[in-house]
Parts: sequence; C-alpha cells; structure tokens
Amino acid sequence: MTDHTTGTLGAVPQDTAPDGDRPLVELRGAGKSYGNIRALHGVDLTVHPSRVTCVLGDNGAGKSTLIKIVSGLHQHTEGEFLVDGAPVRFSTPREALDKGIATVYQDLAVVPLMPVWRNFFLGSEMTKGPWPVRRLDIDRMKKTADEELRNMGIVLDDLEQPIGTLSGGQRQCVAIARAVHFGARVLILDEPTAALGVKQSGVVLKYIAMARDRGLGVIFITHNPHHAYMVGDHFSVLRLGTVELSADRSEVSLEELTNHMAGGAELAALKHELAQVRGVDTEELPEEGDLQAPAAATPEGKS
Amino acid sequence: MSMARQAEPAVDTPPAPGPKRTDGRTVRRPPALRLLARPEVGVFLGAVAVLVFFLFTAPPVRDGSSMANILYQSSTIGIMALPVALLMIGGEFDLSAGVAVVTSALTASMLSYQLTLNVWVGVVVALVVSLAVGVFNGWMLVRTGLPSFLVTLGTFLILQGVNLAVTKLVTGNVATDDISDMDGFDQAKAIFASSFEVAGVQVKITVVWWLVFAALATWVLLRTKYGNWVFAVGGNKESARAVGVPVTFTKISLFMLVGFGAWFVGMHNLFSFNTVQSGEGVGQELIYIAAAVIGGCLLTGGHGSAIGPVFGAFMFGMVQQGIVYAGWNPDWFKAFLGVMLLGAVLINLWVQRTATRR
Repeated sequence: MTDHTTGTLGAVPQDTAPDGDRPLVELRGAGKSYGNIRALHGVDLTVHPSRVTCVLGDNGAGKSTLIKIVSGLHQHTEGEFLVDGAPVRFSTPREALDKGIATVYQDLAVVPLMPVWRNFFLGSEMTKGPWPVRRLDIDRMKKTADEELRNMGIVLDDLEQPIGTLSGGQRQCVAIARAVHFGARVLILDEPTAALGVKQSGVVLKYIAMARDRGLGVIFITHNPHHAYMVGDHFSVLRLGTVELSADRSEVSLEELTNHMAGGAELAALKHELAQVRGVDTEELPEEGDLQAPAAATPEGKS
Repeated sequence: MSMARQAEPAVDTPPAPGPKRTDGRTVRRPPALRLLARPEVGVFLGAVAVLVFFLFTAPPVRDGSSMANILYQSSTIGIMALPVALLMIGGEFDLSAGVAVVTSALTASMLSYQLTLNVWVGVVVALVVSLAVGVFNGWMLVRTGLPSFLVTLGTFLILQGVNLAVTKLVTGNVATDDISDMDGFDQAKAIFASSFEVAGVQVKITVVWWLVFAALATWVLLRTKYGNWVFAVGGNKESARAVGVPVTFTKISLFMLVGFGAWFVGMHNLFSFNTVQSGEGVGQELIYIAAAVIGGCLLTGGHGSAIGPVFGAFMFGMVQQGIVYAGWNPDWFKAFLGVMLLGAVLINLWVQRTATRR
C-alpha cells in the first residue's frame, strides 16, 4: 500500500498480503455521518487471516465509529463494507457475530455480577433436553469454559466467582477466549490495554498474538503505538475521521508511528512557531519532510 | 536499541503459565461464608427470626389454622412479589403492579357481568389486558429509554384513574356487581380461590400456586437461557446486547410476567370476594417491591433470587397476622414493616460485603 492516498475510492490492490488471499473484512472509502457531523469518511481498511491490523488514533479520531460499523452497532453511510468479498450492512451485533466478527469492548465486555462461566457463554448458551424442559448444560459449559481459558493460558480457581472480581486484564482475556471459542474469524479489540497496567497489557498482547496464531484476523484499536508495534502487521493511523497513515510493518518504524500518533505531523508543522516560545523543547521533533514518506499526505476530504 | 527486540511478536516473551491447577491467589472461603453470599440466605434468617419472635409473643400463632392463614396472607403478596423480583433482577421495576391487579379483576368481572358471558371469557380477556399492560410498559421503556420509574408511574396513574372512572361509568358504583351465580364461576373459583384440607386445617390453594410458581421461577432463573438473559440485562444491558442477548425481548417479557402475576392475583381476589372495589390496589406495588428487596434482590438489577422473595413475602404475612394474633393495635403494621425493610436491607448489605470480600 505504498504511497496510496487515503481518498482513493474503489479496489485498492491489497498491500503485501502474504499469500494473496481474500481479505476477511474490507472497508472501501467507508464513512459515517451523524446528522451533519461527519465522524468518519474515506476509510480503507483490510483484515486478513493471521494478521493484526492496528488502528491508531487520538481521542475523537473516529476509531470508535470505525469499530461500531464493523461490529454491527452502527451502519456506514458512505462507501463499501465487505465481508468475504460480499457487501454487507449489519443492523445488530448478532448479525456481525454470525459472520464471525466478534468485538471485545474496552468497558462493556462482561456483566460484572455474573459468574465467569455464565459470562463466557452469555448469548450463546449450551442447552440440553427438549423444549419445555430445555435447560442449561451447566457441567458442559463449565468444562468447556475452563478448557478454553486454559488453552489461552488463563487459569482460574473458581469459575463461579463473579467476573467483576477478576482484574481488568483477566476480564479482557476471558472475553478474547470467548470470542475465539465461538468461532470468531475476525476479532475486534477496542483499546484492550487502555486501562491496564504494564504487565497486564503484556498479557493481553500475548493473547492477541495467540489469537493471530490461531488464524484469526485481528483489528487492534489502540492509542499506544508501542503496544501496536509489538504485535501489528499493518498500521492505520486515523486523524479527524480519516486515514492519515496506512503502512505495513516493513514500511514504518516505531519512531515514525509514534510521531504520527503523537500528532507529530501537526507539531512538526508548528515547529518554527513552537521554537519561538520559551520552555517548549522542539529539538526532538522531526522535520516536517521526514514524516511524509509512507504517509498519506493528502488532507481530508478527497473521498 | 531495544527496537529490534520489541519488533518481535510478543508471544515468546512472557513465560507460559503451564497447566497448573489453580492460580493460587484466591483462598477458598469457608462454606458458611459462601452460603451467606447467596442472596436468599439473609432473608431466610430474618424470616426465621420473625417466626420465632411471634411464636413466643403470640401464642395463637402456634395453632395450625393460624399458620395456614399466615401462609395465605403471604401467598397473595408472594405470587406478585415473584415476577416483580424477576423484573428487578432484570434491572427494572413496575409501580403499576398494584393497580394492575385491580384492573385485571375489574375487566373480568365487568365484562362477564355486563355481557352475561361465561366468566371464563372474562378471565381470558383479563389475561390479555394484563399482558397488554405489561407489553405497553416494556415497549415504552425500550423505545424511549426512559427510566422504568417514570414509565410505570405513568401507567400507575392511568390505570388508577381508568379503574375508578370506567367502573363508575359501567356500573354506576365504585364496586362491581356480584358474579357468584354466573356460569363457570365455580370452576374458576376452584382454580383461583378454593381451599383444601391438610391434617384438619383448611389451606388456601394460592399457597400451592405460590410455591409452584416460586419453584418454576427458580428453575427458569438458574437453569435456563432466559434466566441467564434476565441476570445479564439487569447486570449490564449494553454488554448483554453486544454479545447477542435479545435485550428488548427480555425486558418486555419480564413486564408481561408481572402482567401475568397481576392477572392471577386479580382473579384470586375476584373469585374469593365475588366483587371488586375499583379504588383498591394503590400502595400494594410498594409492598411487592419491598418483599423483593427484603428477599435479597438488588434494586439496581443483576442480582437476586426467586426463593428470597418467598421468604420476603412470608415475613410480610407473618408480621401482618402476627400483630393481630398478638393482640396489638394493627395500626403498627406499617411501622413494623418499615423497620423490617431497613433492617433487611442493612443485613443484606453487611452479609454481602463480608461474604463476597476476597
């Protein structure tokens, strides 16, 4: 995807896709308007199996809107949204789940007061028996939940404990394990490390890598370029509702990514002005020209 | 620089925990404490305490027939407290539950009497009306996103007014006419308001219905998909929706369940007293809610049981009748209830804090 500009509509030749396979999920020039507010426009994004696509961006850049479209909570108002090459338009998260797109939300992944195993199977409970006496297959659910959690390397003493008593990282991991178990092919992670400590973030990143190794396509939304660079294969930086940078791992260094994320492009443009102000250290800021390399330099609005 | 190492996928860095048995961070709590963490245990102890108290202070309570009377009193509260408790676990409450009972009874009574139909027609139409009230409450709530307090307060006032006005309009009186000599009355009475003898004591059939419904509700709540959804929509509606739980269906059906309860109690009142007073039912909704809360249901939803409200309703029936049997002024009843409610809530709070602390 070298030097392709953000606004380009239509089929973009896939970036260095490993074996040229069809993307699981593809957005082409997708956008979303709430009334007269254009939250997102001209976004291209592809998700391949066994690859982690990182979406970075500051607050208000449109990350949440983007995942809400893909996860079925909202519908796009422009552009195309394809799953397995076929255009789709989800009206409920259930439809997205049925297509194998599972979302792990930062804050609403679980119901805190419910036991771990009930949370694990919530919405897709295992049952046994004919209708009037159809009941939960509790033993099988507990056993499966325990196995799946152990497969992901999570060992819990007591699956009956309310999930609210687990740490934030553990909760995210349970949610990821749940998505993997229910046959998710695409896993969307909404800032899974935002509220976590350093060590817990590492644990979550490990599970992201594990999910990727099990063949899932992962969309990893974050505003931490360090976390993104540890597991990412492709990076899209959103700014003001559109893609500012879209680059493969081979085309961008952590430093460049960090600069982009930190609003580096904007700051660089202001470098000379900032230099005039006492107490603002501009030494470390890159020159404006340095940032243009893989970046989609076009300003917004070409879509 | 450490860049090169960072660039590696993180998967090989953290040591794999290995298949150990436990994570060793939680100590298994003693069985007594784990038992106390259950929502119905606090109220069970409370009910036993009230029972023992009245067994000592009011000798007539020891008699079998008074106990049957206490259970009957408890059952009329308890049958409604059950769906109200389920609704509360589902994160909502229904202020119209008290007058909805009267609405249901009035519908059945007036329809059968005025059109001279078999009472069963009235009974069925009353069921439809009660369920419709539930659907209206639930649908309004889901569509508007208003708190259930406001929506059901509106329904409460509407039903209260309609009950009085329509009854006066139709019968010219505040009460309905006696339907005891109409077709099908005896059959209906056998189901809703008969009594049977156990060891020389007359026991009302509502006691049986109450316990059957409680067992059914417990099974549904703990052993079915639907029960799982009830806990989920009360605990965290957004999460539930995001993982595919039909939140709208669950909420509306819970309100319909309250409608069903109101219909059942309404039919009981109609067939045991033959007429209905149109102004009744106001204030009962708070009794049901109180019984559910005393029964360990969390007012904010997501936690509770169906057994708890059974004991909650029993405490109410016990106190109500116990005061009479003890020969005290029954005016004290409500004051007693208030103390009991606060006491129960505090005990529940304390029990949960100590028992769920890690």
